[in-house]
Amino acid sequence: MAQPSAARKLTRMTDTGMNVHQVAHLARLELTAAEAAAFQAQLQQVLEYVEKLKQVDISGVEPTAHPFPLENVTRPDEVRESLPHAEALQNAPARSEGLFVVPKIVE
Amino acid sequence: MLHTSNIVDLRARLHRREVSAREVMASCLRRIEAVDRQLHAFLHVDADDALAQAEAADRRLAAGEKLPLGGIPVAIKDAIAVRGHPLTCASRILGQFISPYDATVIERLKAAGAVVFGRLNMDEFAMGSSTENSAFGPTLNPWHPQYVAGGSSGGSAAAVAADECLAALGSDTGGSIRQPAAFCGCVGLKPTYGRVSRYGLVAYASSLDQIGPLTKTVADAALMLEVLAGHDPRDSTSAPRPVPACSAALGQPVKGLRVGLPKEYFVGGLEPVVKQALAEAIRVLESQGVELREISLPHTEYAIATYYIIATAEASANLARFDGIRYGRRVDGADPLELYCRTRGQGFGAEVKRRIILGTYVLSSGYYDAYYLRAQKVRTLIRQDFLRAFEQVDAILTPTAPTPPFRLGEKTADPLQMYLTDIFTISCNLAGLCGISVPCGFAEHPRRPIGLQLLGPHFGEETLLRLAYAYEQATDWWRQKPPL
Repeated sequence: MAQPSAARKLTRMTDTGMNVHQVAHLARLELTAAEAAAFQAQLQQVLEYVEKLKQVDISGVEPTAHPFPLENVTRPDEVRESLPHAEALQNAPARSEGLFVVPKIVE
Repeated sequence: MLHTSNIVDLRARLHRREVSAREVMASCLRRIEAVDRQLHAFLHVDADDALAQAEAADRRLAAGEKLPLGGIPVAIKDAIAVRGHPLTCASRILGQFISPYDATVIERLKAAGAVVFGRLNMDEFAMGSSTENSAFGPTLNPWHPQYVAGGSSGGSAAAVAADECLAALGSDTGGSIRQPAAFCGCVGLKPTYGRVSRYGLVAYASSLDQIGPLTKTVADAALMLEVLAGHDPRDSTSAPRPVPACSAALGQPVKGLRVGLPKEYFVGGLEPVVKQALAEAIRVLESQGVELREISLPHTEYAIATYYIIATAEASANLARFDGIRYGRRVDGADPLELYCRTRGQGFGAEVKRRIILGTYVLSSGYYDAYYLRAQKVRTLIRQDFLRAFEQVDAILTPTAPTPPFRLGEKTADPLQMYLTDIFTISCNLAGLCGISVPCGFAEHPRRPIGLQLLGPHFGEETLLRLAYAYEQATDWWRQKPPL
């Protein structure tokens, strides 16, 4: 493979390991060097622990995403009262003229 | 000493107008003033608002309204939205957030006449088993200040055990109501998944989270469940099922009920003092005609691994919303990407970051099948273990936690060791069952509570509460109060 895929990059540490820097970036988390080092060791331990799931025979087993099989929960498409505009914005860290203010995205 | 009462007794006195709701609330506020400096159960208390609500409750009581919780002070875990009150999830990332609406459970409490007050400490975003992950400092165990209160609803459990409120709401994703209830010596009920609406609960792991009450007695837990439960069109996962009349069923005899003892739960890792307390509890139930039999839950040893993949995967998605744009704290950056990374990097604590990273990893391309999908399949097997067991028994009896409360700081450096403490509570959430923890003894030197757990089938709260009540009435552990 000429270009390493994202998945390959994640495996750089060891076979069952992760590259904490890479994953933290995917999760939009800035880490200090000390945090990255600590998490690397701690999560490595957790990943080694969860290896035990490989012992389980899961052939023919369906996955469970939800404790109850609920299907197609819908409601009528009706106009209802919603949170007033001002209240929806009251917790915004930066707002102006009824809008959220964010850093410039396009030059 | 009104704060030392339980809901059932106090309600009768309020209905008879022997005491006022204002006096009850004032008594709790004085208690908080006196002991919360030692406990740190509360992150925030608005005394004026609480007293104003109590006065409103008194007017309704004076008008003859006999509401189920009229004038009863109920304190709230800091993950559940109460209109006009702060909500931080014990995290710095929410900044000065004020809830613009009420969670469905809060609407129900208010409709039942309760005085909804206070914000209770917790592990940040409910991630933890000791409340040491709160960004604002841990809650201490009311029985001894060098020991943890449990978690994540440690503030809720400590506040109830220390008589700072009559009852509290918590949330339980892997034991977060039951384990702190056991550690502090109160009752903690995790309802069946879907029994109680999650609308207005800050999501941690959506397929596992459930709101429930922490109370001083089983009868109070039954009363609280009747108020909290029921279908909510605003939560698509809430079950359209009638609410059982739990309180009315409490006194029914338990003779002939079958209770299972999972052989996988009574092995290594269980501390002798816990094992002994359970053996004693088994004798108490047997003397009431309960039939105990050994059962097997063969996939028990895979529950923690399954949980920490599924819960962190869901958390990594749920916590993506905390980005510094629409609410909460923002740390500016040159562009949106830098803003996100800095806001989240500085806003979240260590355990939250660890879980987001683990969850992101197990969902990432190339690892999804090996971790997340496999865990979902093992979850099916764990669920099937319970369905099979409940063909033979009406409920399952286990310790709530493998040890009594541990020391502050004992497990903070080793996240995996902390995760392993959840062994007996976690399967209940994976399978979506109901469970309750009730006091069943004490460890000594220093004296610390021990809890027993009863697990019931889906929507089996009625039988669960009957068994718990029968056990409670035959013992007096629940009457003992911490030395505060």
